[in-house]
Amino acid sequence: MIQFSNEQMTEFNRLVSHYPEGKQKSALLPVLHLAQNSFGGWLSSDTMDYVASLLQIKPIEVYEVATFYSMYNLKPVGKYMFEVCQTGPCMISGCDDIIDYIGKTLGIKPGETTADGLFTLKTVECLGACGYAPMMQMGKTYREHLTKEKVDSIIAECRNNAAANN
Amino acid sequence: MGVKILLDKAHVEGIRYFDVYRREGGYQAAEKALKEMSTDAIVEEVKKSGLRGRGGAGFPAGMKWSFIAKPEGVPRHLVCNADESEPGTFKDRYLMEFLPHLLIEGLLISSYALGSHDTYIYIRGEYAWIVDILEQAIEEAKANGFLGKNILGTGFDCNIYVHRGAGAYICGEETALIESLEGKRGNPRIKPPFPAIQGVWQRPTVVNNVETLAAVVPIIRMGGDEYAKIGVGRSTGTKLISACGNINKPGVYEIDMTISVEEFIYSDEYCGGIANGKRLKACIPGGSSVPILPANLLLRTAKGEPRLMNYEGLSDGGFATGSMLGSGGFIVLDEDQCIVKNTYTLARFYRHESCGQCSPCREGTGWMEKILKNIDTGNGKMSDIDLLWDIQRKIEGNTICPLGDAAAWPVAAAIRHFRDEFEWHVLNPEESQKRNYGLAHYADPIYVATP
Repeated sequence: MIQFSNEQMTEFNRLVSHYPEGKQKSALLPVLHLAQNSFGGWLSSDTMDYVASLLQIKPIEVYEVATFYSMYNLKPVGKYMFEVCQTGPCMISGCDDIIDYIGKTLGIKPGETTADGLFTLKTVECLGACGYAPMMQMGKTYREHLTKEKVDSIIAECRNNAAANN
Repeated sequence: MGVKILLDKAHVEGIRYFDVYRREGGYQAAEKALKEMSTDAIVEEVKKSGLRGRGGAGFPAGMKWSFIAKPEGVPRHLVCNADESEPGTFKDRYLMEFLPHLLIEGLLISSYALGSHDTYIYIRGEYAWIVDILEQAIEEAKANGFLGKNILGTGFDCNIYVHRGAGAYICGEETALIESLEGKRGNPRIKPPFPAIQGVWQRPTVVNNVETLAAVVPIIRMGGDEYAKIGVGRSTGTKLISACGNINKPGVYEIDMTISVEEFIYSDEYCGGIANGKRLKACIPGGSSVPILPANLLLRTAKGEPRLMNYEGLSDGGFATGSMLGSGGFIVLDEDQCIVKNTYTLARFYRHESCGQCSPCREGTGWMEKILKNIDTGNGKMSDIDLLWDIQRKIEGNTICPLGDAAAWPVAAAIRHFRDEFEWHVLNPEESQKRNYGLAHYADPIYVATP
């Protein structure tokens, strides 16, 4: 059942309150972030329909936005998503090696998720961390100045966290 | 040491928090503006300062403000563009992360000047942790009477809201940003009507970059005339430069726009020279969409004079021999970098970010990416180089928004200045997969015709 908890509903109402009366559609992008975080890290069509009903807009208005912006996941992703930047400044700082290394270490290609559902590797375009390249986004944070050793320790950290939460 | 008026307090412990920011003199400019100045007087100071938009276009901020329509009974809005997405640019992030109250203070003064009671910060979705920093700063400002109702007893009400985007370079374009703020796809609007007449929710709207709005604080503090004395010519004040690539000290620097490009790259106060003892090959001085320049043209203008780090200096010679200051995203490439590969990654970026509204951009960016990939992987033909040139020319100027130009310029400049490197790739498909073309003649002294 797709439904915000009371706490999530409070956040939903806070987000909608930022915009003028009758302009609640403006809250769509922030609300989709909230929905994605609340319902398993991706936006199913049920989730999108639910958001449409909450904001009193047509489902298509949600679909067209969800498919336009790169941060919304339209299929399930791993518990930890490594979004590695591959644009110019990161490329000249060696991101290709890092992407290869993560792929080999986890046994997946960009766009794929590990069989245990823990990791997704995704290549993304410039994240605004060019001076701290190579880098990747992991959830709400950036991991910068990546090296193979640093990648190893991040993967270990994720595995430990996942084990501790099980 | 150059003049610092934005980042001068960036390293003060705890400056992120209201109490420390206030103790260091913060919000005094806001007090001055709201208590002692009329809204017209503030706009006048910003005009006198010569402040130009720091997002990339360099349009005079005071003039932009003076265009805002004031129909009776219709709310107006100020929107802060924090969508910073131009590859090579990470200065606004630094400002928001370390000096959130400087931005809030700038927003308060600017909102007052423009009559915006509900002001929005449109921040790129990936800067998720900065949303928390800004919202905390907003709460602190509110708790201390600098936001909310009847600010400082002046009767002026103002709230600031953070609106998080979701990953789309195009939303840095102001009309796409407005569409996105309304909860839609980031498709740029046809202008006119300009946002100053019909912006968000069809209301008069001003969209300014983070750094532009932060600069309003020192302008009010010192006065527009004093601000205009910093820098040279029409490049007044200071500029944040985010430097990255193959340099010893990547990071965000505040420069006063009187220094030369050579000093910026090689001085220990700034980039500290090229990393690993390598030599400079090329540089994209103002964010990925501005023309790339080979080392020789970067350091000196076509007339042989030292090139300065400011609007006029970097654009000296037009696109034939110059570039642009743009957003201040300074990307340095050393002798081991491949121009073809670099251009390919940028073409891929623009293909990924095209909103798809205009055919020249939607189709052209994809073609350029494919052709560049072919050349980069040793599968190019000599005619591909001319084809690339032809495609970029058909994109430039033929789209609703400047993304088309932004996609065309990097390809055009790469071919203009590095054509022999492209030809070498085509003629040496196998060798080009094993080694780079190198520095070649790109740092050689340029021929200067003497009159």
